[in-house]
Amino acid sequence: MTTVLAAAKAPDFDWAALSPFLALLGGAVVVLMLGLFRARFAREQLVPFLSLAAVGAAIGLTIWQWDTRTDLISGALRVDALSQNLNLIILATTAAAILLSWRAVAPRESAHGEYHALLLTSAAGMLVLVGAQNLVTLFIGLELLSIPLYVLCATEMRRATALESGLKYLIIGSAGSAVLLYGLALIYGATGATDFAGIAAAADAEGLADDSLLLGGIALTVVGLAFKCSIAPFHQWTPDVYEGAPTPVTAFMAVATKAAAFGVFLRLFDVALIGSSATWAPFLALLATVTIIVGNVGALGQSSLKRLLAYSSVAQAGYLLAGVVVASQLGVRATVFYLAVYLVMNMAAFAVIVARERETGLGDDLEAMRGIGRDRPLLAWPMTLAMLGLAGVPATAGFIGKFYLIDAAVDGDYAWLGIVIVVGSMISLRYYLRVVTTVWSNDAPAAAVAPSAGTPALAGASQDGPSEFRPGAERHWEVILVAALFGAATLVLGIVPGPLFDLVGEAGSGLGLF
Amino acid sequence: MTLHLSIFLWLPAALGVLGLFLPGKAARLLAALGALGALGYAITAVVDYDRDQGGLQYVTDRTWISELGIHYKLGLDGLNLFLVLLTTVLFLAAVLWSMRKPIEREQHYWLHMGIGQSAVLGALMAQDLALFVAFFDLMLIPFFFLTAGWSTAENRIPAVMKLVIYTLVGSLLMLVAAIATAVLSKDAAGGELTFVLSDLAQTQLGEGTQNWIFLCFAAAFLVKMPAFPVHGWMPDGYRAMPLPVLAVFSGVLSKVAAYGFLRIVTPLFPDAAVNFQTLMLLIALASILYGSALAFTTTDTRLILGYSSLAQLGFILLGVFALNPQGAQGAILQSVNHGLVVAPAFFLVALASERAGGSEDIRDMGGLAFRAPVMATVFLIVALANLAMPGSANFVGEFFILLGVFKAKLVIACIAFAGVALASVYSLRLFIRVMHNRTGADTDSREMTVRDGLVLVPLILAIVALAFYPQLALQKGEKDVTGAVATAFERSDADEFAKQSASGEGAEDPTQAANAPRPQSGGSGQIVIDPNTGQPVDPNTGQPIDPSTGQPVSPAQEPTP
Repeated sequence: MTTVLAAAKAPDFDWAALSPFLALLGGAVVVLMLGLFRARFAREQLVPFLSLAAVGAAIGLTIWQWDTRTDLISGALRVDALSQNLNLIILATTAAAILLSWRAVAPRESAHGEYHALLLTSAAGMLVLVGAQNLVTLFIGLELLSIPLYVLCATEMRRATALESGLKYLIIGSAGSAVLLYGLALIYGATGATDFAGIAAAADAEGLADDSLLLGGIALTVVGLAFKCSIAPFHQWTPDVYEGAPTPVTAFMAVATKAAAFGVFLRLFDVALIGSSATWAPFLALLATVTIIVGNVGALGQSSLKRLLAYSSVAQAGYLLAGVVVASQLGVRATVFYLAVYLVMNMAAFAVIVARERETGLGDDLEAMRGIGRDRPLLAWPMTLAMLGLAGVPATAGFIGKFYLIDAAVDGDYAWLGIVIVVGSMISLRYYLRVVTTVWSNDAPAAAVAPSAGTPALAGASQDGPSEFRPGAERHWEVILVAALFGAATLVLGIVPGPLFDLVGEAGSGLGLF
Repeated sequence: MTLHLSIFLWLPAALGVLGLFLPGKAARLLAALGALGALGYAITAVVDYDRDQGGLQYVTDRTWISELGIHYKLGLDGLNLFLVLLTTVLFLAAVLWSMRKPIEREQHYWLHMGIGQSAVLGALMAQDLALFVAFFDLMLIPFFFLTAGWSTAENRIPAVMKLVIYTLVGSLLMLVAAIATAVLSKDAAGGELTFVLSDLAQTQLGEGTQNWIFLCFAAAFLVKMPAFPVHGWMPDGYRAMPLPVLAVFSGVLSKVAAYGFLRIVTPLFPDAAVNFQTLMLLIALASILYGSALAFTTTDTRLILGYSSLAQLGFILLGVFALNPQGAQGAILQSVNHGLVVAPAFFLVALASERAGGSEDIRDMGGLAFRAPVMATVFLIVALANLAMPGSANFVGEFFILLGVFKAKLVIACIAFAGVALASVYSLRLFIRVMHNRTGADTDSREMTVRDGLVLVPLILAIVALAFYPQLALQKGEKDVTGAVATAFERSDADEFAKQSASGEGAEDPTQAANAPRPQSGGSGQIVIDPNTGQPVDPNTGQPIDPSTGQPVSPAQEPTP
């Protein structure tokens, strides 16, 4: 590529295009320092406020650079419509996650500065990942997003399940990374190139589409990325980690990680490995089928909402994979569109879970939702809309998202995959509607129990730490705001999806697909 | 005169949402206003609809999602005009009937009622395939909430889950089928992706494609109706729903499915419709026989009406898949008739149950007529209409349907005649066991109140009016209803041509028959329908004729099937 050569000759940084990433890293450094102050106000209010400001600045800079189409750092990163779209999704998720953790237990126990710095670093890693067009950058981005997350999962240090969650994620995530790295090495070995365009060119020039070394590399890469996207059968960590991690972190992980991982999925497979698509597409379609079935069936019997949403996220990953399988511009657009609506729906649901966790002391059990339709409309409606949206009911964003994905699948001659998607949706109704009926149940809400009863303190953790939230304590407006905002967005985007279509309209245009 | 269908469509839902922020009484008033306004709008549309011009009128067409070629296109034509009217009538009745008792969380109840009405109207008026699918799926959701939230049945949650999942299984398959229709049409014809029905009708898909798409649509519609092998949700669902909700559910939602066949399946997939004609007719026949048999063995009044609906919808399906103008007209007429009959029937069941100590079992009822002659009379009219007594509009509807099937498949028509007889058995059994017989142990007979009458009597009047002037509902729709099955009729006619001429039925000119069955110079032996009387007549003489023999009959003899 000429641009690559030109950049190599005169290595200069396009600071403006890189600015959202820098804003996040700068924010991370600042909040880390600020967290060292003794003043309670600085730690508990200023730190989250500044990290929110950093994310806000990154969003602003992304919008400022919206029309930029360039390669950064010698072609290591690509700024195009796809990366810009995914950046927005990731940053919006991060902002919501910061709001949800503002008065949460996790940052108190682990220290506010570290918590928010890790969150911002992880988001920065995601920005790298979605722009990566080089195997090395891909791996760096993946690790930069994963390592802070391993820690974040364990930040509720006095809860055994949180530590278990962090450890499990660390071990399985590392195994996934190792497999991925091996795969990337094989791809490099087969093609002799690390940048995506070079891989595609080499594979094309040397007729490597069916080369066993390259295909072996692709297979291992799929496995590695499947760990990150929680695609079956590499999803087993998901329910445990989602359940154990602090809920704001779970929300962040469920949405942003998925967006970043699918971003790189799209770019790697639709740019670098497009020549072998005849080989990997049927295989990925099969994986998608397995994922949809496993995720939806797994969610059926769950009484923990976080586990339920974990399995649901597995199923949704299967739907999203359909957009990768077809390897078309339409497929890319549909995937990005679905990621956006997935963000909206999941965030609404997680915000309600966070709110009820703090109010009832029942944790994320389904019983915490019982009867909130009677007296908490601002929580009941977002939850209802989120569940209906995830199930794909019309008049919610989820319906349009699924419609788009099925459209892409049918257009790519994968009509049967469209049928698999709707079969999955049918199964999913069973558990989504169970949540809805609980929300609007006429029975009295279950009696609140003290949070300490359900969450025994872990040996070794100090007992005289900051007091936990009492059930029924003050209502946290920022959590309700997130719930109401994303709940409303679920409905509005289901009725007026035009703006979102405009937003993702060019997502696939930079990848050289047709 | 321009009527804005969007206002009409969204009025009930909008007032429902508004009611959410108001006290219960105000919400109730708004719900009534919404239903009343919709009814007024529907009546205006029916009166104003230009029959001679036919076709889609009052069209609203805007791009909804340009990337996917989905239009927000609404319109009224002969096919949906009276179903829309029926919907508004029944929803108003259900809203008024719901007001008899205090309701918990009233605002939400009216909200779901309003959304339900808007969704049904949307499904009926949508002229875009994607929009139709969206509304078709959406209309189930408010009923899910209404049943889950306000049912008094003990197993309401499992029952409503079963209902929703069962019916959405079909609907979601339909979603894939709809997308495939548009995408494959685009591939076949080139040009832009579009879901507008009139555009899709321009392209005929290949027969193999049509077949699998047809099966997906049929799954959606058959489950919704319900038809015989896929009615599993019906008993539990019917037992669980609150009665006013059930009245509209049974009266209207099932008709949307029958309407879907005529609006979407027969025009877009005529080859598949011909291929699967026999299968669908057999399903219809099975529904009639199975529904009738269970309707006169079960003792739960709701289920008697439920299984009777199963049988009646079998008749409607029979009419649709006769794939000729008579059958289709009969199907639409019968849809309106059945809706008008089944809703008051459920209300009467509610009254009877109140007088029988809350039980809905006919073994606990009986003897109610002695002190409630008016109620008994009303019940009798409903029962007689349900059994398609000659003179009722149901009779005309069934007559048309059987006439259509008679031409298409003789054997099936002959067996279907048994269904007519069976209908009288279960209808009269219900009437006798509830109103006459020995007085039940806990029954406390009293006359219905004026308030009950305010809801019931207009419905009864509608039944009677339609009995006198069935052509009221037939004429306006004639052109579009026949148009809906025209292509399929041509195809099936081509298939049947040899057989028909061999059996002396007389070969019809498909184009003439498809255009409109009104008196005009046709080949001898052709049977056409006089739009003024709704009876088959000889096109040359204008004399009423017997469709089975083709011979003129004297007015005294006709019409008995």
